[in-house]
Amino acid sequence: MLSIMPNIEDKTRPKISGLSRRAHIMRSLTCIVPLTILSLLVLTAIFAPWLAPHDPIKVSMTERRLPPVFMEGGSTKYILGTDHLGRDVLSRAIYGARISLSVSLLVIAITASVGTILGIAAGYIGGRTEAFLMRFTDISMSFPPLVLAMLLSVILGPGYITVVLALSVLGWAPYARLIRGEALRIRNSDFVSQARVSGASPMRIMIKHIFPNVINPLIIVMTMAVGFMILAEAGLSFLGIGIPPPDPSWGSMVADGRGDIDRAWWITTFPGILIGMVVMSGNFFGDWLRDKMDPRLRQL
Amino acid sequence: MADVILEGRDLKKYYPVTKGLLKRIIGWVRAVDGISFTIERGKTLSLVGESGAGKTTTAKAVLLLEKLTSGTILFEGKDVYRFSKSQLKTEYRPRVQSVQQNPWSSMNPRMRVRDIIAEPLVVNTKRTKGQIRSRVLELLDQVGLSPNQADYYPHEFSGGQRQRIAVARALALNPSLVVLDEPVSALDVSIRAQIMNLLKDLQDQYNLSYLVIAHNLATVRFMSHSVAIMYLGEIVEYGEAEELFERPLHPYTRALISASMLTLPEDEDKGVEPIILSGEMPSPLNPPPGCRFHTRCPDVQDICSKEVPEVRVIGQQRIKCHVYAEQ
Repeated sequence: MLSIMPNIEDKTRPKISGLSRRAHIMRSLTCIVPLTILSLLVLTAIFAPWLAPHDPIKVSMTERRLPPVFMEGGSTKYILGTDHLGRDVLSRAIYGARISLSVSLLVIAITASVGTILGIAAGYIGGRTEAFLMRFTDISMSFPPLVLAMLLSVILGPGYITVVLALSVLGWAPYARLIRGEALRIRNSDFVSQARVSGASPMRIMIKHIFPNVINPLIIVMTMAVGFMILAEAGLSFLGIGIPPPDPSWGSMVADGRGDIDRAWWITTFPGILIGMVVMSGNFFGDWLRDKMDPRLRQL
Repeated sequence: MADVILEGRDLKKYYPVTKGLLKRIIGWVRAVDGISFTIERGKTLSLVGESGAGKTTTAKAVLLLEKLTSGTILFEGKDVYRFSKSQLKTEYRPRVQSVQQNPWSSMNPRMRVRDIIAEPLVVNTKRTKGQIRSRVLELLDQVGLSPNQADYYPHEFSGGQRQRIAVARALALNPSLVVLDEPVSALDVSIRAQIMNLLKDLQDQYNLSYLVIAHNLATVRFMSHSVAIMYLGEIVEYGEAEELFERPLHPYTRALISASMLTLPEDEDKGVEPIILSGEMPSPLNPPPGCRFHTRCPDVQDICSKEVPEVRVIGQQRIKCHVYAEQ
């Protein structure tokens, strides 16, 4: 009777493990590739002054709209060509990484912290605190972000701080929603009631018991947000309420080049590719993290 | 007069059932409906019953995780609900600890064993890190775990080991009373005896009092000094463990005992028939009139569905049943 069991296992094992090995490699690729791209871009941003061949804001009216090196008329002096003011596209893209990445990381840090604190407070304390915080969250989510960003840039004047503020003011709401749900679930778990029996204060429970257990979904949503924030910054810069010229950001580069797209496609295309790469890397890496860490989590 | 550590007097816990947008209350779930018990120092009281009988609600009330609808809990003669916040923090919380049923969910998966056991010490005492460290190692030794396991995470342990960790945490503050909510029911049968022996040894060593919540009569028989059988929020029989198992009076107690024993062929020859209860426990939202057990009772009489039985004392046992009315 018992000897039947190993036979069944032997038949199925090679097939399953063969499939899973291939799936395993594919799965780790969705982690390695985006992570490499993102870290390369971060390194580029950090070492921009050493990497950029030219000054990104130096205008050269005699060398306007030069094509990239691989096209007719291009030269090795400007590998990705120049824009309508004769500025080097490669150097601007390298410096643009600084602004685009730092804006998105800063905004994510601010929104995630605020959202997590409010979400844990709402989820654990409950009652009126929760009702108040969650209605506040609903209101924030129903506000059109672009209108608010325009309003802020009118009041404060366009600039780095304005962009960060405009993206942060409403960006915390989805975090608060997610974390509140997780906190609600954890609040009713056995180890929290055990902590209460031990005499732990609500503050201690929120910091020591709830927070460490919401980190997984939090990290996943944060990685997913990298791409979104780059796009948002690009959008603001494109509309002219983002980073003011002449400082380069990927979004403002796309905006600057759109009038020349028929005769100088390289001005918009290269920063566009970079935006696409970051967004996709963020999404793939976030997806991978989600599968890896928490299969229960639903997409926001 | 015995040395009573905890006394529950006429405890009641009703949960409102609401309906509609306005949360109109349409009824009450009587989870615990007027139970009284005492726990003596160094002794064990077990609450036994099917799920839904109100055992866990009672345990939560004692741990102040649920607020009772009415009734008083006296801890060493003092009303627990009259304690101020600071009195609770110094006089009650540290002295009443608990071990929960499920060792897989009762520990924060993100904390090391060292910190799990140390939490009551960190929260309630002003010991230095070194003192806490040595106390944790001492506790690990007492529950039969080795000191080098202190830096592991809970998921690296088996169920029995986890329950040992839970016991160590409960003992950290030298409590007087430990509430054990189904302490072994989530464990393998082979591990149960070990944990029960551990709990018994610790009780003898530290003169601990236990309030045990259980549905398994074998566990109860081994550990308890007194037993209260609960049915639908009421205590139907309450007495010394030995006597209650030797001479069960209430039909429900007899059915429970019968269900927990293996029926051997020679028993059948002797004419001992197992008592098998039919149906399920009625809803506590709408308990049956008269004796709550009459819908399933093998010895049901006419009076049972009409009058609520009085509590009678027979020998050392308090029971709530019409069968013994004339005696």
